Amino acid sequence: MPTKPEILSSSPTGRSEVVLDIDQLAVHFQLQGGALSRLFGLKARRVRAVDGVSVSLKRGEVLGLVGESGSGKSTFGRALLGLVPATDGRITYHSQDRGERRVSEMRGAELRQLRTDLQMVFQDPHAALNPSMTIEEAVGHPLVIHKIASGKALKTQVAAALERVGLSPVERFLPKYPSDLSGGQKQRAVIARAIILNPEVLVADEPVSMLDMSVRAKILQLMLDLKQEMGLTYVYITHDLASAKYFCDRIAIMYLGRIVEIGPTAEIFENPRHPYTKALLKAIPEPDPDRMVPRDLPRGEIPDAAEPPLGCSFHPRCAEAIEGCGWESRDLRTLIEEHWTRKVEAYDDEKAVIGDLGSLDQPSTTARIGAGGAGQVRALLDRIKAEKPDEPLWKGVRDIEDAGNAVEVHFVPADAPKLRRAGGVDVACVLYPDES
Amino acid sequence: MRGLLRQIWNTKGLARWILLVGAIVTVVFVLFALFAPWIAPFDFNQTRDAAGVKFEKLASPGSGHLLGTNDQFYDICSRVVWGARTALEVVLLSVVLSVVIGVPLGLVSGFLGGWVDRVLVFVMDAIYTVPYLLLAIIFAFMLNDRIGSGIVAAALSLVAIYIPQYFRVVRNTTVSAREATYVEAARAIGARPTTIMRKYLFGNVVQSVPVIGTLNAADAVGTLAALGFLGLGIQPNEASEWGYDLSRALDDAQAGVWWPALWPGLAIVLLITGLTLVGEGLNETLNPALRRRRLLPVRFTPREKVDAT
Ligand SMILES: Nc1ncnc2c1ncn2[C@@H]1O[C@H](COP(=O)(O)OP(=O)(O)O)[C@@H](O)[C@H]1O
Ligand SMILES: [Mg+2]
Repeated sequence: MPTKPEILSSSPTGRSEVVLDIDQLAVHFQLQGGALSRLFGLKARRVRAVDGVSVSLKRGEVLGLVGESGSGKSTFGRALLGLVPATDGRITYHSQDRGERRVSEMRGAELRQLRTDLQMVFQDPHAALNPSMTIEEAVGHPLVIHKIASGKALKTQVAAALERVGLSPVERFLPKYPSDLSGGQKQRAVIARAIILNPEVLVADEPVSMLDMSVRAKILQLMLDLKQEMGLTYVYITHDLASAKYFCDRIAIMYLGRIVEIGPTAEIFENPRHPYTKALLKAIPEPDPDRMVPRDLPRGEIPDAAEPPLGCSFHPRCAEAIEGCGWESRDLRTLIEEHWTRKVEAYDDEKAVIGDLGSLDQPSTTARIGAGGAGQVRALLDRIKAEKPDEPLWKGVRDIEDAGNAVEVHFVPADAPKLRRAGGVDVACVLYPDES
Repeated sequence: MRGLLRQIWNTKGLARWILLVGAIVTVVFVLFALFAPWIAPFDFNQTRDAAGVKFEKLASPGSGHLLGTNDQFYDICSRVVWGARTALEVVLLSVVLSVVIGVPLGLVSGFLGGWVDRVLVFVMDAIYTVPYLLLAIIFAFMLNDRIGSGIVAAALSLVAIYIPQYFRVVRNTTVSAREATYVEAARAIGARPTTIMRKYLFGNVVQSVPVIGTLNAADAVGTLAALGFLGLGIQPNEASEWGYDLSRALDDAQAGVWWPALWPGLAIVLLITGLTLVGEGLNETLNPALRRRRLLPVRFTPREKVDAT
């Protein structure tokens, strides 16, 4: 397999440092409602899988993309290859030999051509291989598709690629079907298929998370070796910060379609700034049982990406939340319901005072609740507050106004925080002053 | 497809017997069809022997005619053997044609989605809801004016009712296979849609086609006979067709002449049974969803009688 000597000669000159430039990328999915909701003209839900991400990928680096499942990492990775269309924003690929190219505007043949330079490794190696293709066919297919090699040359290149990913003796693996291989071997085959076109950038979407513990390190090492040999640039997607520490030069922490913190790996680990990063770091299992600390995972679950929280989308789960985080009606509902789980005996009476909570589901900085008289509702809210006075939600309440039988709780409105410089990293959190 | 033969070979238990019996019955008819000129004592439309002497009408079995003759002076044994050829020709033609049309149509429809898919699904569902015999009769009528009533016409009237079956199965499998990671992986290496359909989807969505094929074949034998019985199928001087012979023989059967009705009727039943058994056997073997797991009995160890004391 030919290597890319031009990389070695050109990188010291510093030509075109950035290989992929992502500018305010957004990928939204329109969810089709059921037939019934379409009949009633209900508005279709829109999942903001990626919602305004800007990042530059430098040639030769490993950028880690870390976040819980559902934070939009895979969608981001797929958008880089043009596998899902960008709803908004721009992806620019600075090709080594073809100059600047707009991935986000490519279609059809142009997009297929792009895949000789940008490649992807998938999470589930078993699902990523066609069950009815042999390893030889599967790994060689990119060369056939792009009419790069056929016949004997094809076989030679396939063999070289398999050799390169450690599937040797090659003759033994060529005629195998995916179902005959182990998970690690399958992932090696998937990697071989991805590198056979000599790409510049490899997007690896949780490449080891489905593999046995024992082979994870080997696969990651293989990927590092390949990066050295072939001058690759990686986007490494994972939900596991520990493997990112081992693998990445730079880490971007993603939450609900946005980057909340991005910086050099060492800086992220030594001095995490965003409360979400801190929570993720605490959640890393401690290898030393004596040093086990109680792991406080962020409370609650990752919210619905179709209706993200107002303001900072992490605020409902944040341990350091303050008044300007974007508190809203749904947070109040959660709080009241939590109160009832603690005070079950009070539920019937208080439910009558509060009335229907359904209206709180509509995201708003004004929450109107109550059916049993404003005074009683206020008293109830005071009782709830007294239970947990340091609950951060109360800091975000600007005032409570009587409105007939009910009260209107007004929260301090807030926009989603933008990424800002803080020490060696960029972080999107109101705790750090925005200097721009 | 590679595992298919091995899977069939490795079939166990009841499925194996079903498959075996079905295969034997079917093979016998296939042999009849292939070697009809050598097996059958006479031609299917022969009414005189070599010396030019006309056969006896409704001759009873044995006397020079192994199974007797019918009211049209035909030798029943020859008609039955030649009938196998007609039936299998029609079946083969109709199944092959409906596979060749239905499978790609389902593949493209399921893969493309959108309005193409919606229109095709609507049309196919509409065809599917009409009772199939009625549909076959309509088509036979329409084709009668244009290309007569030969084997091709009979096969074509069956094709129309079978296409929707392949279409539905292949289309639905494609819709779910389209979301598979290996299809996205194929896009990621730059495969065009036609390549994805040919190399990545086709092999994985045609798994159930052999089963539908054999079951359709069984069904086709019955429908062909029904058309013949109604006088819409193949005419007796064009080819021997069991359904037609059966309908001619009914009057005689009431008069106590049983042999012209028995043999074609038996042939129809046997061939349908044989093909159905093959289809069901294949279904048991190839269709993991329908395959019943062999459950091992779970035994709980007796609880220690601690709290009883
Ligand atoms: N094809 C799709 N259609 C609709 N919603 C999708 C699709 N793909 C992803 N999503 C949604 O986008 C969000 C982000 O998903 P994903 O990118 O897979 O996250 P991650 O890889 O971080 O787990 C999720 O809420 C998911 O349900
Ligand atoms: Mg993912």
